[in-house]
Amino acid sequence: MSTIELHGVSRWFGNVVAVNDVTMSIGPGVTGLLGPNGAGKSTLLSMMGGFLPPSSGTVTIDGVPVWRNPELYSGIGLVPETEAMFDAMTAYEFVLANARLHRVDDPASATVAALEQVELIEARDRKVGTFSKGMKQRVKMATALVHKPKVLLLDEPFNGMDPRQRLHLLELLQRLGDEGHTVLFSSHILEEVEDVAGTIEVIVAGRQAASGDFRSIRRLMTERPHQYTVTSSDNRALAAAIIADGSADAVNLTSDVLSIQASDFGRFVHALPRIARDAGIALHDVTPADESLESVFAYLVAR
Amino acid sequence: MNVVIMRLTLRALLGSRRVWILVGMAALLWIVAGLSRWGSGADVGTATGVIVNFGFGTLVPIMCLLVGTGAVAPEIEDGSIVYLLAKPVPRRTVVLSKLIVAMAVAVAFSVISIVVAAQIAGDAEGQLALSMGVASALASIAYVAVFFMIGVVSRNSIIVGLIYAMLWEGTLAGYVPGVRAVSVRQWALAPAEQIVEDNSVISIASDLPLVPAIVLLVLATVVSTIVSVQRLKVLSARVSE
Repeated sequence: MSTIELHGVSRWFGNVVAVNDVTMSIGPGVTGLLGPNGAGKSTLLSMMGGFLPPSSGTVTIDGVPVWRNPELYSGIGLVPETEAMFDAMTAYEFVLANARLHRVDDPASATVAALEQVELIEARDRKVGTFSKGMKQRVKMATALVHKPKVLLLDEPFNGMDPRQRLHLLELLQRLGDEGHTVLFSSHILEEVEDVAGTIEVIVAGRQAASGDFRSIRRLMTERPHQYTVTSSDNRALAAAIIADGSADAVNLTSDVLSIQASDFGRFVHALPRIARDAGIALHDVTPADESLESVFAYLVAR
Repeated sequence: MNVVIMRLTLRALLGSRRVWILVGMAALLWIVAGLSRWGSGADVGTATGVIVNFGFGTLVPIMCLLVGTGAVAPEIEDGSIVYLLAKPVPRRTVVLSKLIVAMAVAVAFSVISIVVAAQIAGDAEGQLALSMGVASALASIAYVAVFFMIGVVSRNSIIVGLIYAMLWEGTLAGYVPGVRAVSVRQWALAPAEQIVEDNSVISIASDLPLVPAIVLLVLATVVSTIVSVQRLKVLSARVSE
């Protein structure tokens, strides 16, 4: 059982702040690091993996600072986002070399076990350079698992995977989490995280925007005010009916578009068709205005 | 020393396209040596010029540049160095293991190229081959240490290395006497000068006496190695872009 502790961690590059005063504790189980691209997830993972010193604050694993401490890698498995590996080697040779560098007791059988774990045993004698993106991802997983680390850090592990491979990796991470490993992976896709992560840390613009189990994060995201744009046969009458009904907080009528803000998302989407029908108005178009993940994150930050 | 890292480095060096450039350069030197023999009738003075100026002065630094940077720079560039660094292996061991292999490869290529070329161009009782073989071996060790360091420190290692080898050692050292004393080439020529028995037949001259030259060679090698280790310790290898 291992715990990664970040205390008041900031990291800046020149005058760009990539990570801003983050304090979190990541324990056994699967944790998802969720945030839009460029939020600082990779910088955080680099610091946890000992590849970047924090500009201020401390990053420790079980109380031991990670930076400049290679001995710690005995207990860490790292799955980098970079595709590059030693492409001229076969999967078996590459994983075996990793096992040897980790001074695993029986490197050959550990290699076979790791390749079996990621279902790559049949492709063991193929060169890594010839692999598809999903297969490369699995070789990387095998190199990270071969020494049975207590901590597993994965940077965007689902990138480039097909649905079947994804499912397989999800199951693998789940199993490792259940076995008591500390698994942390980053993603910019909410659905990836919700399928597997017991705990979610949301990172936006270098700051920790939210933290908790999936339900609480989802609730934060759905309870925020939702924006819709509506066009109908009579926008003015529809606006009046919506306000009279009380299912939305605000309406804004411009020449041919009606913008609506509703804080109770469920109530509004059910009420709208009924209101329109009762008032004899035809709905031409209903569009959620800000459903992109970025706007959800932006809301969490502004909250 | 770590055998796994040594083996990986050897594979990376010999498995890449660089090895064919090295072979090509050796072949080029041998062809030039052959032309020189044919043109001058195996004149030792002419052969010395070809070996010292073209072989030792131009090709050996380029060979060492390819090997020295090739042992580390591509892995830093594409990020695969992470697989070596995220291991319970001291960074010092990573650097030393890679350096030893790179030095061995560079010495082998440069010495074989020079010795064979000396035989082709025309030698005086093996004096040219012996003296310049020793100079090439010593120069290769120092060059590789320096270029390896450049590979760790700079993202444009080949360009920086070429500027050093061509501009500093090749051009500036030609007419600025002070520059000449600060050049791996001159340091490595000092022992060669001592080995040659008759300097009127094979004229090899270094700007430095033997002892300071050897001291400077060792110093350059050791300092470069230390800088490489220090830089790799704090290398913020990007786990991702």
